[in-house]
Amino acid sequence: MTMQLEQSPTTGDEVITNYTINFGPQHPAAHGVLRMVMELDGEIIERVDPHVGLLHRGTEKLIEYKTYLQALPYFDRLDYCSPLAQEYSYVLAIEKMLNVEVPERAQYLRVLFAELTRICNHMLNLGSHVMDVGAMTPNLWMFELREDCLNFFERASGARMHSAWFRPGGVHQDVPLKLLTDIGDWVDGRLPELFGDAMSLVTGNRIFKQRNVDIAHVSKEDALAWGFSGPMIRAAGIPWDLRKSQPYDVYDRMDFEIPVGTNSDCYDRFMVRVQEVYQSAKIIKQCIAEMPEGPIASLDRKVSPPKRGEMKSSMEALIHHFKLYTEGFHVPAGEVYVATESPKGEFGVYLVSDGSNKPYRCKIRPTAFSHLQAMDMMCKGHMLPDATAILGAIDVVFGECDR
Amino acid sequence: MAVLHSAPKYASNEGVADAVKAALDGAVASTHEEHGEILLTVVREKLADAMLSLRDDHEYQQLMEIAGVDYPGRAERFEVCYCLLSVTKNHRLIVKVSTDEATPVPSVTSIWPNAGWLEREVFDLYGVLFAGNDDLRRILTDYGFEGHPFRKDFPLTGHVELRYSEQEKRVVYEPVELAQDFRSFDFMSPWEGADYVLPGDEKAVEQAAPPPVDKPQTTDKPSDTGAGAKTDAKAAEKVSAGAPAEEEGGKEPEEPEATEDRPARKPRKGKVQDTPASTEVKKEEGE
Repeated sequence: MTMQLEQSPTTGDEVITNYTINFGPQHPAAHGVLRMVMELDGEIIERVDPHVGLLHRGTEKLIEYKTYLQALPYFDRLDYCSPLAQEYSYVLAIEKMLNVEVPERAQYLRVLFAELTRICNHMLNLGSHVMDVGAMTPNLWMFELREDCLNFFERASGARMHSAWFRPGGVHQDVPLKLLTDIGDWVDGRLPELFGDAMSLVTGNRIFKQRNVDIAHVSKEDALAWGFSGPMIRAAGIPWDLRKSQPYDVYDRMDFEIPVGTNSDCYDRFMVRVQEVYQSAKIIKQCIAEMPEGPIASLDRKVSPPKRGEMKSSMEALIHHFKLYTEGFHVPAGEVYVATESPKGEFGVYLVSDGSNKPYRCKIRPTAFSHLQAMDMMCKGHMLPDATAILGAIDVVFGECDR
Repeated sequence: MAVLHSAPKYASNEGVADAVKAALDGAVASTHEEHGEILLTVVREKLADAMLSLRDDHEYQQLMEIAGVDYPGRAERFEVCYCLLSVTKNHRLIVKVSTDEATPVPSVTSIWPNAGWLEREVFDLYGVLFAGNDDLRRILTDYGFEGHPFRKDFPLTGHVELRYSEQEKRVVYEPVELAQDFRSFDFMSPWEGADYVLPGDEKAVEQAAPPPVDKPQTTDKPSDTGAGAKTDAKAAEKVSAGAPAEEEGGKEPEEPEATEDRPARKPRKGKVQDTPASTEVKKEEGE
């Protein structure tokens, strides 16, 4: 940090020229490893240059060396706050190329758990957002709800976070009935209770509003031009939600609303997410009510493996199992771009296949990349402490941004 | 083909490719439709104009992604794919241009501001240059990184690794050293188009037929060696004494000497027949 003092030509006072500070890469409000080089005029931000890539692990390159199924768990590790939402885009991309039919129960299960993931993600983001601007209690309460979600994931897949539960053609395993009833009870009871309590501390709070209202206003035109998606574009007043406009699985049967903002500031982004939690709960309830019985993965044995029990008696099942877990399935040559509405926005997978059992190229479209790029535009003219609120409202996770 | 999958459904592709091709007037080199995606290949020099027209006249307001792809076998090895989204028409489009290491692609940063980082990423990972992007720094790789890691000829393990050196009190870079060789398993089914010959398969190549002979050589007995009478006589000799069963026709084997631990047993009654009978060598006459 350099500070040069010189005389002002008009007033005779000492003036301070702009100086540059490093925000991060180790900073509790940076939500991971983000380094922002900030040029400040006093406490006003003049320019922000975010340096990303500190968590770059070369996921896309690694995927090129794995079969389609082996590459799946990498997607949990991108945005580790909403693992199933990332898997969703990937399995849909594969299914689109294979043109494989997914049984109805599997579609309902995937929608149910994608929405549970959305709640899980928003619990973390809303909590950390309020903590970034100075409130502690709501975060702790919402972490309890997040813990509940993780327990549900564990009961479905065996893993709390990195589930690897969505598979091309369906899901890995069926869920017990008790899990569905427990989720239903939770959505009806504990979630609205505890979440409502937590939000009652925040949404009308004077300090919280002072820190968020009218911060980082983004016009509709800017939101479109900068490639915003998810809650960021909805807060700008554009009712754009891929679940509604480009429905996948059984989203077209779900009855839910898209919350939009009016003022396009950090407070609106926060409130859009709050409302989304309630809408997700609504979708979860519908899923549980409508979910049919039946298979949970495609019956095409060239894509999804047979049941364990079947393998013990059927030679053909054994062969299919062996082939699927060694060679894997072959995907017809071609390229697709499939994007789903992840909790953070449009999460896309651009998949190029050369007809073999490994992806030729798998480009992941992270949600945070476009949003973070607009940091400079959004921060300009705001005070230094506003940067944490803006960053919190972006909902950035670096596993996904840096890949 | 009937659509069975449940991937995101957006507005119909019907006629879109032709309409865009007609409107862009020579900028579109080819259009291709597969898996429900429209792929437009655009002439590199006309990319910026085509993109501007796509945004303003065809309502593709958002640039969601720029993806680089490396095809080392091609003359222009890199493909840069732009994924566009129209929120008014609810439609997606993939626009592609190809280039090589030296030829820059026109930048679209003036059309979409978020192209800046996306182009930086393609530059960082593939080394594709973008003319008009004035901030073409590396973005994902380390400060001072060398090479373009997503090229197909860049090894997965990379070239350098870093560690904290206790002596030098700083992070040092060293050539990468693997404790175990990098393993890449080939699970491709060998009878479905593997491009190598399996061990042993080279023998399956058809050999030229042997030349015909007047009197074919046959071997009736082991002593027909085909190397002359002297060798035949030698081969007919018995090399070793036969097994007891063969020599003596199934005589009882001698009982072992009695010891302190194992007292002598009464000899078995009757003759054992089955063992020698089944193992006996059939003696041929005249051998």
